[in-house]
Amino acid sequence: MSEQLAELSVSLWRGGEDGRYRAYRVPRRESQTVLDVVTFVQRHLDPTLSYRFACRVGVCGSCAMTVNGKPRWTCRTHVAKVARRGRLQIGPLENLPVIKDLTTDLEIFFAKWQRAKGAFAPSQTRHDPIALVRPDSPLRIAADAAIECINCGVCYAGCDTVRWNSEYLGPAALTRAWTLVNDERDAGNTVRLQAVAAAGGCHACHSHQSCQELCPQALNPTAAIAGLKRRTAAAYLSGEIMP
Amino acid sequence: MNVRLYIWQRATAALMAPLVLGHIVLIFYATRQGLTAADILSRTRGSIVWAAYYGLFVAAVSIHAGIGVRNILVEWSPLTDRRAGQLAVAFGIVLAALGLRAVAAAVLS
Repeated sequence: MSEQLAELSVSLWRGGEDGRYRAYRVPRRESQTVLDVVTFVQRHLDPTLSYRFACRVGVCGSCAMTVNGKPRWTCRTHVAKVARRGRLQIGPLENLPVIKDLTTDLEIFFAKWQRAKGAFAPSQTRHDPIALVRPDSPLRIAADAAIECINCGVCYAGCDTVRWNSEYLGPAALTRAWTLVNDERDAGNTVRLQAVAAAGGCHACHSHQSCQELCPQALNPTAAIAGLKRRTAAAYLSGEIMP
Repeated sequence: MNVRLYIWQRATAALMAPLVLGHIVLIFYATRQGLTAADILSRTRGSIVWAAYYGLFVAAVSIHAGIGVRNILVEWSPLTDRRAGQLAVAFGIVLAALGLRAVAAAVLS
């Protein structure tokens, strides 16, 4: 701590889509996270600041913001890792409508999970015996793709294709679809493959790989989307789906 | 892009890969051997093989580039998908016409 600055120069987005950045001075603390910085501003400098958080330990996925130009989960991002010469610029997530200050409207993000058929479609009832899935089977391993996803929206905010094509489902929804495609208990694959093979689906991805670089859970949506491209191509060629 | 366009674009790319290599080898061969236009035309005129090679090449390029241009228009212009598709088809037809005209000039006597 002795070599660190005593204060941070923090620039926070204030207002809606047409807002602007406003400067604040925040004391530098040991092991300080970006969320700590935002919380300090709201508790001590300006109680009208709006932002979202819940668990503070990287589980709930609600505190993602744009920090010095990159989307990050702020509760697990240390100031020491991202501050440049004691400066932090914190804004709302990109590619999503701004409600106020650092909060964005995630409705479209979750609507796209629905469009990608991200809900489990059971093939059995509660009266059937519990499905036995071998943990080391290839399908079960492939189904891991989105299991640790915390729905934080970082991949969606960092995706160039989402920026250019508002219809694109985005990395999170497609990775969820890939997990279900590989879930041997699921019965909704034809409808799901049809949904992700349409315009704005997996084939819109340019494989820039920002999603896997930025994902705080170290998931690889690009690989999941590549899997969907192969699987949907096979389904189309075999006549299972129509574009 | 949907799965149908994706498959057409990947399939034409796979087809073009060996055709491009053959085309480059041909350029090197023709220039290093010092072939004149008359030499080249004497080999290509009436040749079904060269007509098929470059006819296929032109078809693959027209489809591949048309789909690519459609993607660019959809992402970078305010055009609707339908309008972008129409422009891309027109672009593909122009490419095919120019290419086939060149092929015809080389193989028809």
